[in-house]
Amino acid sequence: MSVFKDAGHLFRFAGLFVLAFLVFLVVRHFVVPKSFGQYGHYRGAAMGEIAAHPIKFAGHDTCETCHADVADVKKAGKHAHVNCEACHGAQAKHADDPSAVKPVLPDTTVLCARCHTASAAKPKGFPQVAPADHSQGLACNTCHKPHSPAMDAGGAK
Amino acid sequence: MNISRRQIMILLPAAAVAWKYVLAGTPEESPNYKMSEHWWSMLIDIPKCIGCGNCVRACQTENDVPDGYFRTWVERYHVSDWKMTNPEVIMTNPMIAPEVISPDGGKEGFPVATDESGKYFFVPKLCNHCADSPCTQVCPVGATFISPDGVVLVDQKYCLGCAYCVQACPYGCRYIHPEKKVADKCTLCYHRITKGLTTACCEACPTGARKLADLKDPKDPIHEFLKTHSVQVLKPQMATGAKVYYNDLDGSVR
Repeated sequence: MSVFKDAGHLFRFAGLFVLAFLVFLVVRHFVVPKSFGQYGHYRGAAMGEIAAHPIKFAGHDTCETCHADVADVKKAGKHAHVNCEACHGAQAKHADDPSAVKPVLPDTTVLCARCHTASAAKPKGFPQVAPADHSQGLACNTCHKPHSPAMDAGGAK
Repeated sequence: MNISRRQIMILLPAAAVAWKYVLAGTPEESPNYKMSEHWWSMLIDIPKCIGCGNCVRACQTENDVPDGYFRTWVERYHVSDWKMTNPEVIMTNPMIAPEVISPDGGKEGFPVATDESGKYFFVPKLCNHCADSPCTQVCPVGATFISPDGVVLVDQKYCLGCAYCVQACPYGCRYIHPEKKVADKCTLCYHRITKGLTTACCEACPTGARKLADLKDPKDPIHEFLKTHSVQVLKPQMATGAKVYYNDLDGSVR
């Protein structure tokens, strides 16, 4: 042991180093969240928290479980690929409790114009009209059924 | 079996290291959803977009996005005839770049265009959920990340609000939430897609211009679409591995 005769100061310093490292490990244990590093350099539990956000749009499959009759009419018409909530808005609350939460019927003069107002910017093949000339202020659903809008397809009221 | 003390000293730490990987392979908490079986992306069909703004409104409703901030928005481009035939001047002179408008993110649609010359098109934008995203790389605390199913998310409990990621995103898809003071962005409706629903913007799109796609699902129609169409991503030169694919994207889109 003659080699380590005068090495006491080194061992004391090494002890200090080990102690500091242990303190670091203890602090780290309490400070770093449990799921950190589960999948990568982030908190794995965060994904569960983000996924817990409440749903507002129920989805057309949910709508069709009750409104199959409307869905059938829609499937036969030009609006077959327009989902229910594209026009009726987010209806998850209505789907959760159909009797308590009643959806507001959209105003067709505003709703239809959003998509069908004529503009040079829109794709040429998309059906579009200048509402003022086309209907002279009449509501669109005076003539067109929104769920099956083409008039030659028996869509007219 | 005869294990010496020396062998134990080596084997124990090795086992401790291996245990981490054993844990990583355990199933996720959600019972019917396996993150490892999905790789989410989105397909945007430019010729189908009519600029109605349904997606922007749906996103705001679904995700409680504050007014004046956008997780998704729609831009309208107008390229004049002259600029179309002189593409090099667009590249060199920003003053004569195509006219781009996005009033309130296109939330209430767009003003009627009367100028029939040139060409118009709408470009819906959202987080590109890059496979090699610059925004997640700059986060100093590990608060933003690419989930195992390919969605770029923000851990808002862990975010400091330093806004490095807001600057790092080449697509301008992030913002600091005015009340929470943390980074906020498109989650690709993570709360919906993990439950088998599509995103709010895709649900509300009347023309099917936006489609959620799962690149790991062999039955997803996106594979057929990518085979038969020439799609692009935004800013491919930045090598972000963007996963929002645009069909029929004009070269003037930046």
